[in-house]
Amino acid sequence: MDHHLILRVITKILVAPILLYGLYVQFHGDFGPGGGFQAGVIFAVGFILFGIVFGLRRLRRIFPDYVVHQLVALGVLLFAGTGIVNMALGGNFLDYNVLGEKGYQGQHWGIIAVELGVGVTVFGVMMAIFYSFAGRPPSLDDKEW
Amino acid sequence: MISVLVDILSWTSFIVGGFFLFVGSLGMVRLVDFWARLHAASIIDSAGVGLILLGMMLQGGVSLVTAKLALIVLFLFITGPTASHAVANAAFMSGSRPHDMVEDVTATVPPKPNKGKPNKGKPKKAKAASSAKSSNTAKASKTIRKKT
Repeated sequence: MDHHLILRVITKILVAPILLYGLYVQFHGDFGPGGGFQAGVIFAVGFILFGIVFGLRRLRRIFPDYVVHQLVALGVLLFAGTGIVNMALGGNFLDYNVLGEKGYQGQHWGIIAVELGVGVTVFGVMMAIFYSFAGRPPSLDDKEW
Repeated sequence: MISVLVDILSWTSFIVGGFFLFVGSLGMVRLVDFWARLHAASIIDSAGVGLILLGMMLQGGVSLVTAKLALIVLFLFITGPTASHAVANAAFMSGSRPHDMVEDVTATVPPKPNKGKPNKGKPKKAKAASSAKSSNTAKASKTIRKKT
């Protein structure tokens, strides 16, 4: 790994802006381009870059496998739970108007909650895909490069 | 007056950037080996896209768009050379060398033989080159350079 010095330095510089940009895309999604799917992918890319450069073991210390798998389910739970809450408040499934005092306020909150669910699920799925690809036993040892 | 000047500058950088994009993509197809093609690809990254984004920033004026474009330029100038470096590093560590490189003066890692090709390792090559030099025939050294 000692010949990867430049990659490690650049990764340390880049991971935090990538995560910040992912959050920006997530919470700016109802005003401009962006949304849950793209934000989840960008947020996952930050961690995947970390995992590629610093090794899968250190990434698994941050996000163990079971956390990733539960994040996948948690996002779907957020999405469906928003719909169920709307039904409990007297509207239809995913009928955001009942969430706020005025209709558009409720739509604002509802869209943020649903997009957060989408983002969490996409993040979890991306990390799970990366784990299942990168966790295979390598056909070529790192020293052989 | 000043707007015309800004327009001229921005369109100049658009055209020059487009020229660099064209030259880089032509080089990626036409150049001789991996290293030269990597050089062409990194020209697209830095010069081509950088100049086109500079033209866009000049068109945008002082605004939020220009700030975002400046951030794109910043991250592109960090990541583009890094990506080229990673690719070149991987190729170098796996034993690839420029096609007309005779003596390996910089290598701390000996080049490895490619699969299915005859061994072109460092000691053998150096010995062949030195013997060619000692026999003092220009033709022999030329053929060896071509072979390596």
